[in-house]
Amino acid sequence: MLTNQQIRDVVQKYEDGEENILAILLKLQEASGQNYISEDCAVEVAKELNIPASKIYDLLTFHSMFSTKPRGKYIIEICKSAPCHVNKSREIVKMFENELGIKMGETTADKLFTLQFTSCIGACDIAPAAKIGEKVYGNLTKEDVKKIIQEYREGGK
Amino acid sequence: MKLVNLKIDDVDISVPAGTSILDAAKQAGIKIPTLCYHPDLPVKASCRLCLVDTGRKKLETACSTPVKEGMKVITNSKKVRDARRTALKLLLANHPQDCLTCVRNGSCELQALAAELNITDISFYNMVEKLPIDDSNLAIVRDQSKCIKCGRCIEVCQEVQCVGVINSSFRSGEYKMTTAFDKALAETDCVYCGQCSAVCPVGAIYEKDDTAKVWKALEDPDMHVVVQTAPAVRVSIGEEFGLEPGSIVTGQMVAALRKLGFDKVFDTDFTADLTILEEGSELLERLKNGGAIPLITSCSPGWINFLERFYPELIPHVSTCKSPQQMFGALAKTYYPQKAGLSPDKVFVVSIMPCTAKKYECARPEMNSSGYQDVDVVLTTRELGRMLKQAGVNFENLEPEEFDDPLGISTGAAVIFGATGGVMEAALRTVYEIVTGTVLEDVDFKDVRGIKGIKEAEVELDGQKVKVAVANGLGNAKILLDKIKNGECDYQFIEIMCCPGGCIGGGGQPYGTTNEIKEKRIKAIYDADKGMELRKSHENPAVKILYEEFLGEPLSEKSHELLHTHYVSKKK
Repeated sequence: MLTNQQIRDVVQKYEDGEENILAILLKLQEASGQNYISEDCAVEVAKELNIPASKIYDLLTFHSMFSTKPRGKYIIEICKSAPCHVNKSREIVKMFENELGIKMGETTADKLFTLQFTSCIGACDIAPAAKIGEKVYGNLTKEDVKKIIQEYREGGK
Repeated sequence: MKLVNLKIDDVDISVPAGTSILDAAKQAGIKIPTLCYHPDLPVKASCRLCLVDTGRKKLETACSTPVKEGMKVITNSKKVRDARRTALKLLLANHPQDCLTCVRNGSCELQALAAELNITDISFYNMVEKLPIDDSNLAIVRDQSKCIKCGRCIEVCQEVQCVGVINSSFRSGEYKMTTAFDKALAETDCVYCGQCSAVCPVGAIYEKDDTAKVWKALEDPDMHVVVQTAPAVRVSIGEEFGLEPGSIVTGQMVAALRKLGFDKVFDTDFTADLTILEEGSELLERLKNGGAIPLITSCSPGWINFLERFYPELIPHVSTCKSPQQMFGALAKTYYPQKAGLSPDKVFVVSIMPCTAKKYECARPEMNSSGYQDVDVVLTTRELGRMLKQAGVNFENLEPEEFDDPLGISTGAAVIFGATGGVMEAALRTVYEIVTGTVLEDVDFKDVRGIKGIKEAEVELDGQKVKVAVANGLGNAKILLDKIKNGECDYQFIEIMCCPGGCIGGGGQPYGTTNEIKEKRIKAIYDADKGMELRKSHENPAVKILYEEFLGEPLSEKSHELLHTHYVSKKK
C-alpha cells in the first residue's frame, strides 16, 4: 500500500501533472506492488491534481494497461487477435490456466501471476504469442509454458 | 460575416460559415431527427440519428457537419431513412422494452423518435444488461439499464456545474456513464442539482417520486395539509399542460392545488420577502460591524451542497439565512398553527419546487426548528404535473384563484427570486431604502438580470459604493469562489444560484428546458413582478405583521432560532 505522501511525491515529480497523468498512473501502478490503482490512490491523485476522481476512473477503465483491482506481480497477457486465434491461442489459454490453476482474468493465490487477454502485440510471425511484462513469447507449446512459469516462480520468490 | 449558399432538399438557403447542417435545416424549416444533440451542450454526434446525404459516399451527421459552399443536402430519401431507422433500432435493441411503466412514458425522447421513425419491429435481438438501480439518496435515482449513452449528463455534471461526479468509463461495448469506482451517488460529492435528470432524454436519471406521500397525507382526515409554491413554478407548470413556455399561470396553479385537496395554498414568495429582510439586515450588519465580506446568498440548496463539499473554507461568507422554503416550513409549524388554532403535529407541509436539491434540503437534520421536520415533502414541478394529470385537473381551463392568507401574501421582489439576479435585485430594493431612508423610484436593477453566467453591478448607497456580483450555474460560481479564495475579489454582496438561469432552470423543471425556454420563463418572472402592486419586500403587510406578532425584528433571537441555520464542511 502506498502512503498518501508517496503518491504525492510521484505526482509532484511532474511539472504539469494533468498533462502527464498516464505516466503518473503507470508509475503508481508499478509502485503499488500489486499492479493496480486503488480507489484511495486515484482519489489522492485527483486531489493533488485538482481534477474530479471520475476523470481518473475514466482513464483507468479505458486503458487496458490499468487495473482497478489488485493483480499479480507478473501479468501474463495472451494475444486474442485473429492470427493467434487461427494458430490455436485457445490451447495456450488452457495450458496457462491448467498450469496456474486459475481462469483468465484471475490472479493466483500467491499473488504472483494474473492471466489476461491482450490485443495484437505485433508478434503474428510467432503466433500463438503471449507477453509477460516487456518480454514476448511465441510458438508456445505445453513444455514452453511449464518452463516459463517455472522460471518466473523461481525468480519471483 | 461570410455567408455560405447551399441547398437542403428543395430549399436554397444562405447561412453564416461554420453553421451546422442541422441548424441550417432548422432555418430552412426542415426537421432532422436528433437524440444525443442538445442545443446548449457540445455536439457529440454519437447517436447517428441525424444522418443526411451530402452526396459523399458515406452519410454524415447533420449536428456535427458544417455547411459548405454549393453543398446539396438530402434529408429524406430511402437511404437516409433506412440508415436512421437502423441506428435507432440498434439503440432500441439495447434498451429495456418497458415503456408502459417507465417514469418517462410520454416524455421520453427515444420513445418519441421510435414513433416518429415508424418503428414497428426492432428486428435485432433485445440485449439489455440489467444493472442495479441507484436510489441511495433522497433526490436523484439512476437506472443505468435505461442509459442510451448520449453523454448529456456528463456535460452538465463536468463542464456546466463543475461537480464532476458523473463521467464516462470503460470503452466500446462496456462504455457507460458512472461515478468514480461506480459508487452510489450518496457516497459521492453529488450536490443533487438534478441538471443531469433535466437533460436525460430517457428514464435513466430522474427525481425520486414522492407523490405517493402527498396523496397519502391528502387522504388523511386528521392532517391539515398546506402547500407552498416556489416563484419559478408559476411560470413553468403550464408547460406540463402544453402551454407556451413563459405562460404565467399563478392563478390556475393555485386553483389546481385546491382541486387536489390542499387545505391551504400558500406561497414561498411570502418567505422570500422575509428572506430579504433577514438577509438584507445581515448584509448591513456585516458592512457596519465587520464580518466576512462578501456576503453570499444562501437560498439555493444545490449551491449550499457545493459549498459544503468543495469550498468549506468560505462558509463564513455565506448568509446564515435558511432558504425561503425552509423559512416557510419553520413558520408553517409554529406561527401558522398558533394563529390558526391548529396542533403543529397535524400540519403537513408540502413544497412545490423547481428543484431536486430541495428534497435533500428538507431532510437535513438541522431543518427541524419547529420541533418537527419543518417541510415534510418536496415535489418538483414535474411531479406536480403528474399529480394534476392523475387527478384529471383541466388545468388550462381553470379560473384563476388567489393564494390563502397570511402566508400567501407577497411582493414583486419575491417573485423575481425565480430568476438569476432576482435575489440580488430584491435585496437592493430593500437595502437601498433602509440605508438611504429615501424612496427608490426606479426599482429595476437591469444590470443583474438575464441569463449571462456572471453579472456585476455597482450601487450607490448613501455615498457608499457597493459592488455586487451574480453567478448562475456552479461552473460560473466556481470562478467567483476561486477569486474570493485568492483574495482577488472586491465585491460586497454576491448572489449564487446553483442552476443555469436560476431556479427557472432548476433540475426539477419540465423536460425539454433549453436556454431559449429559460429566457421566456425569465421574461415571465419580470412581467409577474411588474404586475404586482407591491414590489419591495419590506412593504409586504403580512411580513410586517409577522414581525409585530411573532418574530420581533430581523435578526432577533426568535428569527435566529427559526429562520437561520449553519453549514458544516463535507469535504472528503
